[in-house]
Amino acid sequence: MSELDHAVQNHGTALMEPSPYAIPSRKLTMWLFIISDAITFGAILFGYGYLRTASSDWPAPFKFYPSIFNVMIMTFVLITSSLTMLGAVDSAKAGDKGKTGRFLWATMLLGVVFAGLHIREWFGLIDDGVRLFQNPWGSPLFGATFFSITGLHLLHVISGVIAIGVIARGFLRGSLTAGHVEITGLYWHFVDLVWMFVVPLVYLLNLAR
Amino acid sequence: MTASAKSGNVIPKYLPVYFILLGIAGLEVFLAYQNLPTVSLLVVLLALAFCSGALAVMYFMHLLQERRSLFLSLIPAVIFVLLMMNMIWSDSLRLLHLRPFAR
Repeated sequence: MSELDHAVQNHGTALMEPSPYAIPSRKLTMWLFIISDAITFGAILFGYGYLRTASSDWPAPFKFYPSIFNVMIMTFVLITSSLTMLGAVDSAKAGDKGKTGRFLWATMLLGVVFAGLHIREWFGLIDDGVRLFQNPWGSPLFGATFFSITGLHLLHVISGVIAIGVIARGFLRGSLTAGHVEITGLYWHFVDLVWMFVVPLVYLLNLAR
Repeated sequence: MTASAKSGNVIPKYLPVYFILLGIAGLEVFLAYQNLPTVSLLVVLLALAFCSGALAVMYFMHLLQERRSLFLSLIPAVIFVLLMMNMIWSDSLRLLHLRPFAR
């Protein structure tokens, strides 16, 4: 008995109607995760906005060099990694394992570079005296919001790099499909998307003059 | 046609979106150094960030190529929730003005 026959016998034909979105269940699941994650990031950015607006002495510590220069490189690296991810998805759909592997490794490498630059930025601020609940310039909540927002994003980047590594290994061994690569790509582009909001709100609105 | 020949054509297709995203990121940095009032800068930066986000969702995440029902099920709900979060601003401004030495 096929899986379809088994499902029809046990659940009836009513449950076997086609998906209204015409996408595989796991892709829909990733979209739902992305939506919930977008609301999570939205909530912490709104929380940051609340605290920043309510504080009369919110610090503005980001100088062009090293912070903004570093952020510009990080943005370039992350957007470029989205492009290599698109190449990986396209190659995977075409069944070109070699090219898919190269694109996925390139995406991982760019993710690692981004994480490295991010950690360098953190250490720079820590050297300047920024801690979770204190800093030399003003509102002590600056460190809490900065490390929370950028830390959650960094966690997403590191998780994404690990996920891409697992998917690349599985795809090259033949145990995972192009669909898995595509879903991982959706997640990676979302990480890129979040950064597009973090940069203006967290960095560019707090420039040192 | 072999698999190798069929793949790899997607990068040039998405290069315009890639360069627009880089351009928007550069424009945001440029505007941030133009000494605009904070509220004006916030509005402009948010508008540019939404443009970047929309491009990423529609082209990189291929939502434009999916059925419209997927878009209608996901995006309006997110926008609605984010709009509902705006109710906090009156309270944060109240806190600022209650401070005796608020600048």
